[in-house]
Amino acid sequence: MPQEYRLILKHADQPGYTPGLDCYLRHGGYETLKQALTRAPKTLPDGKTLSGPEQLRDEVKLSGLRGRGGAGFSCGLKWSFVDRKSGKPIYLICNADESEPGTFKDRQIIYKDPHQLLEGMIIACYANDVHLAYIYIRGEFVEGAKILNRALNEARAKNLLGKHILGSGYGLEIHVHRGAGAYICGEETGLIESLEGKRAYPRIKPPYFPAVLGLYQCPTIVNNVETLCAIKHIAAMGGAEYAKLGTPNNTGTRIVSISGHVKRPGYYEVEVGKVTLGELIHDTAFGGGLRDGHSLKAVIPGGSSAKVFKAGEKFKLRRKGPEGREVEQEIDMLDLPYDFDTLIRAGSMSGSGAIIVLDDSTDIVEALANISEFYAHESCGQCTPCREGSLWMSKALHRLTHGEGREQDAEYLAKIADNIPGGRTICAFGEACAWPVQSFVAKFKDEFVAKGKADEERRAKENRAAKPVREIELTLNAKC
Amino acid sequence: MNAGSTERIPNPLQHQPQFAVPGALEAEVGELITHYPPDKKRSASLMVLHAIQEHFGWISQEAVEWTAQKLGLQPINIYELVTFYPMFRQRPMGKYQIKVCRTLSCALGGSYKLHKHFCEKLGLDPHKHGPQTTKDGKFTVEFVECLASCGTAPVMMVNDEFYEGVSHAKADEVLGNCK
Ligand SMILES: Cc1cc2nc3c(=O)[nH]c(=O)nc-3n(C[C@H](O)[C@H](O)[C@H](O)COP(=O)(O)O)c2cc1C
Ligand code: SF4
Ligand code: FES
Repeated sequence: MPQEYRLILKHADQPGYTPGLDCYLRHGGYETLKQALTRAPKTLPDGKTLSGPEQLRDEVKLSGLRGRGGAGFSCGLKWSFVDRKSGKPIYLICNADESEPGTFKDRQIIYKDPHQLLEGMIIACYANDVHLAYIYIRGEFVEGAKILNRALNEARAKNLLGKHILGSGYGLEIHVHRGAGAYICGEETGLIESLEGKRAYPRIKPPYFPAVLGLYQCPTIVNNVETLCAIKHIAAMGGAEYAKLGTPNNTGTRIVSISGHVKRPGYYEVEVGKVTLGELIHDTAFGGGLRDGHSLKAVIPGGSSAKVFKAGEKFKLRRKGPEGREVEQEIDMLDLPYDFDTLIRAGSMSGSGAIIVLDDSTDIVEALANISEFYAHESCGQCTPCREGSLWMSKALHRLTHGEGREQDAEYLAKIADNIPGGRTICAFGEACAWPVQSFVAKFKDEFVAKGKADEERRAKENRAAKPVREIELTLNAKC
Repeated sequence: MNAGSTERIPNPLQHQPQFAVPGALEAEVGELITHYPPDKKRSASLMVLHAIQEHFGWISQEAVEWTAQKLGLQPINIYELVTFYPMFRQRPMGKYQIKVCRTLSCALGGSYKLHKHFCEKLGLDPHKHGPQTTKDGKFTVEFVECLASCGTAPVMMVNDEFYEGVSHAKADEVLGNCK
């Protein structure tokens, strides 16, 4: 039976566990930091010496940790890109924007176990010679920001932050910076602009790779909340031991957020790749299955930006067969191991680890209209394909869900969506707004076409033309 | 365009003739500025705007000018933030601000019906976009995007507080508690 594996959320939901420092210390908190700060330099066989911070960075490389914010990029590799010779200060920013629809994992850590995040952050900062760091938290987490500030003050009072942390001579200050309700602040370069006090307009890469030209044009590391907590555990148990959790190239644990039409929506920490998508949806340890009397229609496997899977969809993937040799197998969508690589090979992604389940009661056109309205609202507006495209798609879907559709709307939507991603925009939001449209329309084309056709027929009977979009634009639907 | 036209570009910001920053707020702002490197005061602008909005409830023309001056910036540098970030209010809002999540998981959980319920109870138009305030200035209702609590849909915020799994009965109870 697949089970949860609680590493990061080990204590968070235990009765009596509080966000205060005393409670964290009683549970062995900040012991890992103490050990990290006092790591002795190590001499290698070839005579080279590795400092404590260098050893920590090596452990992170060895751990195989991949970022939990969305892209799944190797954390060790990201850290290795940091320009350490520029003579400029190096900054670290914790991305606590948690803005991808469907995702509600970072808030569990922030609200219930803030010191774990701080310990992970302090270790990550020490490992990278960072002396000033920020937690960029979404504006709506008002209480979360207060909890973090309280935790920071407690840490300062106990000399866990400041000029000489625990007498080590290493100094670090961390501040909380609040966003103000814009999704694009989750994109790391938009986040940096926002932290500089500007509109969150993502920067073009190259040249603005944060590791080289980030905050204040200095080398900068941006890591997700959950990633930074994993750093704490890697420092505690060693990279090799951490890599034993999960599956090869998809190591460790991750917190999966499950929402939508399941009996037990919630957050579940699992070893990456040890549990399938179907188990996460149906197993009583996780989503607990669909509501009684309903069957599965579709699954969005990695936050609203991820391409949708249709119930019954099959994939041909190369996998290790019984004799250990790689063979091509046909796998049902529900049997896909929930990891980074498999979901990419199946044409989607595990993104921020957010699974949204849609059952047979869902009007798929309404669902896409809902998603597209989100992107139309959140595009920062710098790039024409994204700004206009996201709005056009939302308007066309709005038409379709208000009885003003046309048969060719499905093709029209696909055509717009195909012309947004693929290097035409400054940031990956271009992909994020196009992928749902591309996949919904391709996989449920008949429903889009049928809806448009029915509208046309009805209008023909009423003997009238379609209303112009501007006349239907300002109404909200209450059908979902 | 008439080159000689003297018509001003409309400024959506409103005036607040009695705008005055009390000592405590001024001190708070001073402290916030210290969170950033000395030559990077501009970084504090979002945090300063939050502090101002917490105190006054909204951001006025005078507040924008004050903030800009405090951070050594031009008013446009602050104005462009107020118009970009949805959380900043350009006019006074209701005493109780109800933000219902509109995004997919909450929509599947009934958030459109919840939004409609509030609007009907308070005499507002459920089909209208954007924040709407009741005539007595007591309530503002609006749809917002995903609040990162999708597992307990539908969710909403009333001022700074989160409410999860909001049934219509629970909604009525919350309204009843708003004095
Ligand atoms: C449109 C967009 C929104 C994003 N939102 C978030 C977010 O809310 N939280 C987050 O951690 N990463 C988000 N990311 C990913 C970040 O850009 C960045 O890759 C991540 O914070 C890096 O941290 P990690 O390597 O630890 O995952 C977003 C990316 C894009 C393109
Ligand atoms: S892709 Fe969209 S969100 Fe990203 S920078 Fe361009 S306009 Fe802004
Ligand atoms: S969809 Fe409502 S909180 Fe995420």
